[in-house]
Amino acid sequence: MGALVLSQGGTFEPPGVDSFFLPPIFGGVTKPIVLVVLSAVIVGAYFLIATRNLKLVPGKGQFVAEYIYDFSRNTIARDQIGAQHFRPFIGLIFGLFTFILVNNLFGIIPLIQFPTMAKIGFPIALFIMVYVVIHTVGFRRHGFLGYFKHVMFPPGVPKPVYILLAPIEFLQKFLFQPVALAIRVFAAMFAGHLILLVFTLGGQYLLLEASALLKPVSIVSFAFAILLTFAEALIQVLQAYIFAVLSANFIGAALAQEH
Amino acid sequence: MENQMVLAAEGGHNPILPAPAEIIVGFVAFAALLFVLYRYAVPRFEKLYKERSDRIEGGIARAEEAQAEAQRTLEQYKAQLAEARAEAARIRDDARAEGQQILDEMRSQAQEESDRIISQGQAQLAAQRSQVIAELREDLGRQAVDLASKVVGESLEDEARRRGTVDRFLDELDAASAPSTSANS
Repeated sequence: MGALVLSQGGTFEPPGVDSFFLPPIFGGVTKPIVLVVLSAVIVGAYFLIATRNLKLVPGKGQFVAEYIYDFSRNTIARDQIGAQHFRPFIGLIFGLFTFILVNNLFGIIPLIQFPTMAKIGFPIALFIMVYVVIHTVGFRRHGFLGYFKHVMFPPGVPKPVYILLAPIEFLQKFLFQPVALAIRVFAAMFAGHLILLVFTLGGQYLLLEASALLKPVSIVSFAFAILLTFAEALIQVLQAYIFAVLSANFIGAALAQEH
Repeated sequence: MENQMVLAAEGGHNPILPAPAEIIVGFVAFAALLFVLYRYAVPRFEKLYKERSDRIEGGIARAEEAQAEAQRTLEQYKAQLAEARAEAARIRDDARAEGQQILDEMRSQAQEESDRIISQGQAQLAAQRSQVIAELREDLGRQAVDLASKVVGESLEDEARRRGTVDRFLDELDAASAPSTSANS
């Protein structure tokens, strides 16, 4: 936003890629970096405090924390990984969901208003973590060659088809699926933020710079910005959920005995 | 200026090229968060879950135990009742058998007693009868002899003769009185 100060000459500069490259606050520290650290602190501190004194019969505060935990544990981790093996991954899935959720929600929280996942570096950091976990778990479970066989030669396919299928499966599991995981949340946040910027800055420009007749149109623009903020809220929650579900799903697939 | 901006956007900043600092910070922040969650939040929640399921399972287990206990008590009571019934039946049977035995014993005793009394009476009777007969016989003999000696005037001193005479007389008497005695008695 800082880069998009309205030009003095009154021409509208549409928000673009540069809107995501904010000048550093101090040294090399930029706003997204501060936000990502802040999000980790928020999530960590919240669950530290919320779980300090858990009761068998939850109060209001505990109920919220428990609901989030229960959702990540049972709805995401257990359903995707399977009731047998999901326990070691509860924390990972729980962390992914809450961490991404808070980072995404930063996009619509007033004054913060920047979805950190719109900077590809952060989804990539998470992607690396998940990637390592998925394949470590896979190799550990099936053995080195066994895991490649597990990935590349799914049973129930005529033998000649493997010539085509094996490389595709390999690329799918080791490259496309995990990379898509990172790009999906990045793209959704990037595009969502850009749309909000367009309507907000456009409305601002119309209000300040346009001729008197066009000024009322800015209301439409702001209304859209607000409407889309709600849509964004939904997408942000959804993207956090999707990232967690797919991570759990890949872990479950790597652990599965047979396809 | 606009051109400059566009150029800058296309040349300077590429949104899909990650900044290394962001990857590193993101990774470290998330790793730290995971550490906190795994170290504190997850174990606490899991402990709570376990407590909760223990509580529920404990309740079920207690209820089952109580039911089993009730069932056991019922069985016990039933067994005791059956035992008591068997005991009562046994006592009744015993009493009946004992009564029968006593009755039999008393009957046989009474029978024995009456037999004894009868046989005793008979023996006594026989003894008295033989005594009477002997006395009568002696008496009758002497009187007959006396009478005869008075009639004959001489003492029948000869023992042998006297015995023969008396016996003959008595036999005759027996023969004569036998029907009359059986008729009298």
